[in-house]
Amino acid sequence: MSLFILRRILTLVATLIAASLIIFLVLDALPGNAAQMLMGVDASPDAVRALTVKLGLDQPLTYRYLLWIKGMMVGELGNSYVYGTPVAGLIAERLVLTVPLAIMSMLITVVLALAAGIYTAANHNKLGDVGVMSLTQVGIALPNFWFAILLILLFAVKLQWLSAGGFAGWDDGIWPGIRSLLLPSISLAVVQAAILARVTRSAVLEVLREDFVRTARAKGLGKREVLWRHVLRNAMIPVMTVMGLQFANLLAGTIVIENVFYLPGLGRLIFQSIANRDLIVVRNCVMLLAAMVVTVNFVVDVLYAFIDPRIKVANL
Amino acid sequence: MSHATAPLIEVRDLGVRLNTSRGPAQAVRGVSFALRRGETLGLVGESGCGKSVTALALMGLLPDSAVVSGSVRLDGAELVGLSDSSYCKLRGNRISMIFQEPMTALNPMHTIGRQVAEPLRRHTGCSAASARKETIALLDRVGLPDAAKRVDAYPHQFSGGQRQRITIAMALACQPDVLIADEPTTALDVTIQGQILDLIADLVEERGMSMILISHDLGVIAENVQRMMVMYGGTVVESGATDAVFMRMGHPYTQGLFRARPRLGARKGTRLKTIAGTVPELADLPAGCTFADRCGIVEARCRVALPAAVGVGAGHDVRCLRTDVSMADAAGAVRV
Repeated sequence: MSLFILRRILTLVATLIAASLIIFLVLDALPGNAAQMLMGVDASPDAVRALTVKLGLDQPLTYRYLLWIKGMMVGELGNSYVYGTPVAGLIAERLVLTVPLAIMSMLITVVLALAAGIYTAANHNKLGDVGVMSLTQVGIALPNFWFAILLILLFAVKLQWLSAGGFAGWDDGIWPGIRSLLLPSISLAVVQAAILARVTRSAVLEVLREDFVRTARAKGLGKREVLWRHVLRNAMIPVMTVMGLQFANLLAGTIVIENVFYLPGLGRLIFQSIANRDLIVVRNCVMLLAAMVVTVNFVVDVLYAFIDPRIKVANL
Repeated sequence: MSHATAPLIEVRDLGVRLNTSRGPAQAVRGVSFALRRGETLGLVGESGCGKSVTALALMGLLPDSAVVSGSVRLDGAELVGLSDSSYCKLRGNRISMIFQEPMTALNPMHTIGRQVAEPLRRHTGCSAASARKETIALLDRVGLPDAAKRVDAYPHQFSGGQRQRITIAMALACQPDVLIADEPTTALDVTIQGQILDLIADLVEERGMSMILISHDLGVIAENVQRMMVMYGGTVVESGATDAVFMRMGHPYTQGLFRARPRLGARKGTRLKTIAGTVPELADLPAGCTFADRCGIVEARCRVALPAAVGVGAGHDVRCLRTDVSMADAAGAVRV
């Protein structure tokens, strides 16, 4: 078991190194010098050169890469070209919004998807199945920003239950913050839930055809007991795999949704930094997103081993 | 008829209609038999002849879309049309089943102890501790080495033969009256097959169970059951005491099955005899005898209607119009 986790950790580290290399090289290869960008097209070449030196952009590629890696180790990410404040602080203050947003949308996704997926599989080919599956078809086709606008029209404009945007922060307790993240997380969750519900349904249906389901029935278990005790755990492997992959989509979705709802989160920070050529912020934010995705998938891998006793042995 | 000799399980004119992708199919027609306590019955036939469907019908485990007609009585109580929740009280308790594929018949996510204890916990309401004790005793009885230690292991940690022992322990947990074994050794190594069949035979005798053994292997049937039924195209074409059927095969299909089995010591280059033609589509069965298209002695009248079963000996019935000819042939079939 510990060997299994160790191997997964090594894979995790290797993936992160590969991600950092790609992020660094791609951003470095981008046309447009950051210094030139910051000073405008009319700046004198001397001034641009001075800023380039000041930002350390004249150093060799390897040196700058290693410097960045070292900085990440100690939490020194440098200063934003635009704001002039430490990047670490910028990111940290955005994370208090984006992390809860991601967690809330993931929770809504999982609850909706499992409920719909299990319900439809248990009522395979019946009216409820067909109805819910048609809904998920619509859900998959919805662009999340458009759905977000519909939600704003209904809940903020018409019913006036929730605000149309902005973030209340966590200073006045947990509820105002959650309230302001409710619509954004629902808009992020709906598409994901529709996909995951379909995955859950087909996973459950597949397991229902397995021989051991018939064995369980032959032992005298009712259909429902078989579903809960024997089928679900077996069906969770593909569901969790997709959940891990969806987490990446979800983070990408925050970039759009945070802009729709005027939320000062990580997605908005990335969006603005790209627009401003604040490459040092972009680079660290993208690296952080990559790390989050890789970590979530690492957790999924480890959970596999807890769910399925065969995996520990197979990977030793 | 005194109570002791009353049939434990009595099947009368059992019919099963399945909804297949090719349309409705009459998978089983007019199957009747009665089994007293302690008796053993073999069902033999090719794949798709309806033997497994018959077994699943007795277990009440056919898909919801299947239509079952006729009557199945367990100790006089009708099972056809029984609600699923009532059936659940019988399955694994009074009627148990062992399936063909031990590799997939166990849930890979649960320990074998939990799976064997499940029917006990469900039907006897005993505590977890006593169920565990009983489970270890059962696993020990079916010959699983180190049962006490391995009770918390998972199915993938066992070989096919061991897994089949585990499913047998599971089926026997609640001391059922009727055991249905559907090709219990087909998926196993030849060296293990004999051991598993012996184990089943011992347990059937020890516990006074009735057993329905399903197999496509005439050898397995010959050695393990008192009576046998040969099925073809969803109907029973021949039934009788195992000895009697092997001695005087009455149906051309039974004879064909017998000739088609591979033999050791046959002259090199001798081709294995097969039955010409293929099994009829259940969705598209001929009007008359289901075997007519493959039969060597078929006549026009065979194709008119399904032949009735005719008695050719004590308790030995053959569903054939041409027993006069086929029974004369039969002598040749038995000579090895």
